[in-house]
Amino acid sequence: MREEQHIKDEVMPDADGPVVAGTSLWKDAWKRLLKNKLAVFGLVVIAIMVVVVTIGPWIQQWLTGLTPDYIPEDGDQIRSFPPSWEHPMGTDDAGRDLLARVMQGGQISLMVGIISTIVSLIVGVSYGAIAGYLGGRVDNIMMRIVDIIYAIPYILIVIVLLSVFGGENIPGWINSLSEFFGGGAGLNQIFLLFFALGLVSWLTMARVVRGQILSLKNEEFVMAAKATGVSTPRIIFKHLVPNALGPVIVYATLTVPSVMLTEAFLSFLGIGVQAPYASWGSLAADGIKNIAIFPWQLIFPGVTMALTLFSLNFLGDGLRDALDPQTRKF
Amino acid sequence: MLKFILKRLLIIVPMALLVVTVTWVLIRVAPGNFYSTERSLPPAIEENIKKKYGLDQPWYIQYGTMMGNILRLDFGDSLKYQGQSVNEIIARHFPYSAILGLLAYLLALGIGLFAGIVAALKQNSAFDYGSMAAAMLGLSVPNFVLGPLLVLLFSLYLYWLPPARWGGPLYLIMPVVTLAAIYAAYIARLTRAGMLEVMRSDYIRTARAKGLKESKVLLKHALRGGIIPVVSFTGPALASLLAGTVVVEKVFAIPGLGNIFIQSVLNRDEPLILGIVAFLSILIMVANLIVDISYGFLDPRIRYE
Amino acid sequence: MSENNGNLLTVNDLRTYFQTEDGVVKAVDGISFELKKGETLGIVGESGSGKSVSNLSVMRLIPEPPGKIVSGDILFDGIDVRRLSDEEVRNIRGKRIAMIFQDPMTSLNPFLKISTQLMEVTQIHLGHSREQAYDHALEMLRKVNIPAPEKRIDGYPHEFSGGMRQRVMIAMALSCEPELLIADEPTTALDVTIQAQILELIKGLRTELGTSVILITHDLGVVAGMTDKIIVMYAGKIFESAPTKELFAKPANPYTKGLLKSVPDPAHEHGEPLYQIPGLPPDVANLPPGCPFAERCDRAEEICEREFPPFVQINENHHSLCHFAKEVHASSGGE
Repeated sequence: MREEQHIKDEVMPDADGPVVAGTSLWKDAWKRLLKNKLAVFGLVVIAIMVVVVTIGPWIQQWLTGLTPDYIPEDGDQIRSFPPSWEHPMGTDDAGRDLLARVMQGGQISLMVGIISTIVSLIVGVSYGAIAGYLGGRVDNIMMRIVDIIYAIPYILIVIVLLSVFGGENIPGWINSLSEFFGGGAGLNQIFLLFFALGLVSWLTMARVVRGQILSLKNEEFVMAAKATGVSTPRIIFKHLVPNALGPVIVYATLTVPSVMLTEAFLSFLGIGVQAPYASWGSLAADGIKNIAIFPWQLIFPGVTMALTLFSLNFLGDGLRDALDPQTRKF
Repeated sequence: MLKFILKRLLIIVPMALLVVTVTWVLIRVAPGNFYSTERSLPPAIEENIKKKYGLDQPWYIQYGTMMGNILRLDFGDSLKYQGQSVNEIIARHFPYSAILGLLAYLLALGIGLFAGIVAALKQNSAFDYGSMAAAMLGLSVPNFVLGPLLVLLFSLYLYWLPPARWGGPLYLIMPVVTLAAIYAAYIARLTRAGMLEVMRSDYIRTARAKGLKESKVLLKHALRGGIIPVVSFTGPALASLLAGTVVVEKVFAIPGLGNIFIQSVLNRDEPLILGIVAFLSILIMVANLIVDISYGFLDPRIRYE
Repeated sequence: MSENNGNLLTVNDLRTYFQTEDGVVKAVDGISFELKKGETLGIVGESGSGKSVSNLSVMRLIPEPPGKIVSGDILFDGIDVRRLSDEEVRNIRGKRIAMIFQDPMTSLNPFLKISTQLMEVTQIHLGHSREQAYDHALEMLRKVNIPAPEKRIDGYPHEFSGGMRQRVMIAMALSCEPELLIADEPTTALDVTIQAQILELIKGLRTELGTSVILITHDLGVVAGMTDKIIVMYAGKIFESAPTKELFAKPANPYTKGLLKSVPDPAHEHGEPLYQIPGLPPDVANLPPGCPFAERCDRAEEICEREFPPFVQINENHHSLCHFAKEVHASSGGE
């Protein structure tokens, strides 16, 4: 059986290696993730994107002196330049370097994705865990509230949140946060957007967590904790939530791209990130106006964004397969 | 069954009122109003207008009046579009969005189901990898990027399709494809996952052991269970079609309800916002009801009390 | 290749492997057996011993990939099943060879009426019209003792209890009066009292229809009263095969002895704890070179770890895979 031998050699190179004993669930999942080529591709692209977006602007400024809002002296005459050595992605209408703007937009888009996901994690996990654990009438009321918020178009909520707390009415802590980062009103708006998006994206997270808690709360380890007099909040957050972490992580990974898409959509409509700041969505919106004559204004931010979302989605898929062995292909 | 439908239909009324109330509170809490966004009017005229719309009354009277009007399905006149009732505006602009959304969802269903089923059957084949990569792309390319790129290619370089506006079937192609892409991607992924799960189940093995043809195993035994996730997706999908149509209507200059809705929110056109929110939430709840009823037809284990 | 001398089913050196993340799992690794017309064969083994896979292979129901019948012959009534086209295999499945599965809760399609699931078998294989198929389905339900079949035939599986569902499965399997019935752990998922009823039902119908039966189980107690001969499987290999009486009286393999000791015996209740074979079944993906049972065997010697044991012939119908088969056979003699 030559064929059989061949298969054996190929598949079981480490057959004599140490047995899997001691490998934790997480190490196991990590190993499975690394076996998934697409997920690794996603991970690498995201890592590169994060590095480029954080240190890229500094390097560019050091090399060429270009900044995202640098407008050339003769800005009135020049229109948009196509890609060149000096401007790898071309320039926008005002002659601003598009690469610099895409990198800056990337900072904001990625921040939106990450911070809003963290907000949705905190709110959604607590909400879902509490509803699921307490059960009964409390659960019923809490979940009906989720249903109602679901029925209101989220654009409306975001817009109202932005206008209620925008401008003069900005909460002090957001203001001090943006001052800490050295920005003015524009940055206020962005921080506000983070929280507005976070506050509408926790709903599904709450449902996911509630479902997990419901199926876990009758397990014996919860009984044991109760019997030894552990307090309810401690049972929920120390005993139950860690056990529901797999689906939470998977869902959070998939929330990042969906929040980024929503931000882009809001910025595209002109109610998200405002000038002088840029996000991928607002850059694409600017680009569309000139699509017939200056297509690069749309293509570069659009493709960068699509590539990032593509990678995030692959990573999320890979994580799901790695953390949930049941859905694994046989 | 009939009792269940009636009960659910009855619940829609208070739910819709609740949604409208929340919306109303949100609008009222937000600083400023319609008039602060318009060019400033002479105080006398503003006073008159406020009187006409009952804005000089205390809030609870205004709330009561509004609720009364809504129960009569009369949302009053738009503030922005003078002399047009909210109902007229909705009736005029909704058909564009409805046609767009419906065609897009049908297209997405067709493509998504086909791709998902074939990918599941030929797991790990070139078709599987190809269609799933395409689905990933569909999920990742924002529709406001996809739409303009299509315009760039088919209208500005190839001159095959008209770039924008509402007209014959040719005008519909690009907006519908743009809108359908992300749903087709979702449905394909859901279908594939659902079918793979079902195809592994014991009763499929039973069906094969009976000597059924593979096509019959698939269509008669597997499909029902496999597409249940797709059916549950239809509810949220219809809700988010709204957001999708906003972009598509904007990119392709189509006078649909999505565009009007965003405009009304930006204009603080209160009657119009409330009218559209009430209309859409009823629409979404009815759609969810239809989804729940169709579960009953798909899965005999589900009982409606 | 063996002749078709009165054998309904001849399996020769069958190997079915699965490709998994942990390596190649040799689920079935070179097994051979024969089944005559009207005979009942018991296949016994722990979970993962390859007993189900060997029978799914006979039906060509191995999911491929990851599974694959690597080699061997499967002759059913003189037909080489491995060489048949998909179409030809389908004409055998359900008509000439039928199968009952372990879990009646999941083996019936929850979305289809019982009548639909019963009718489709005879509609395909016997060319029944809808009416004929319906009447036939009704008759089959009556045969398996479903009370008030006229009322229940249009119900859905979830409206039936576990035992009733298994009766429906049996009715479905026997609709076309197959020559061979493969029952894969038909009673494992059921309550003890129901188990006995289902076994009696299979026994009765077997006699009535003259069907050959392969009964797969992990419980020697189940096969004792029903089978003509028994195969004991372990780690994808046949460890022992013998006529039922002889196997119970004079087992020639330490593993079989262990299994026999772990059957609860109400007649010899001494209040002592029930025997359990120590250890767990081996990881079939990483088998040691020697006897796969050596680690758990109370008779193992140094050679067992080192060399794969021979398949020793004790007498005409009795074989055992063990370095010490003859000694074991002799020692288990006159009790």
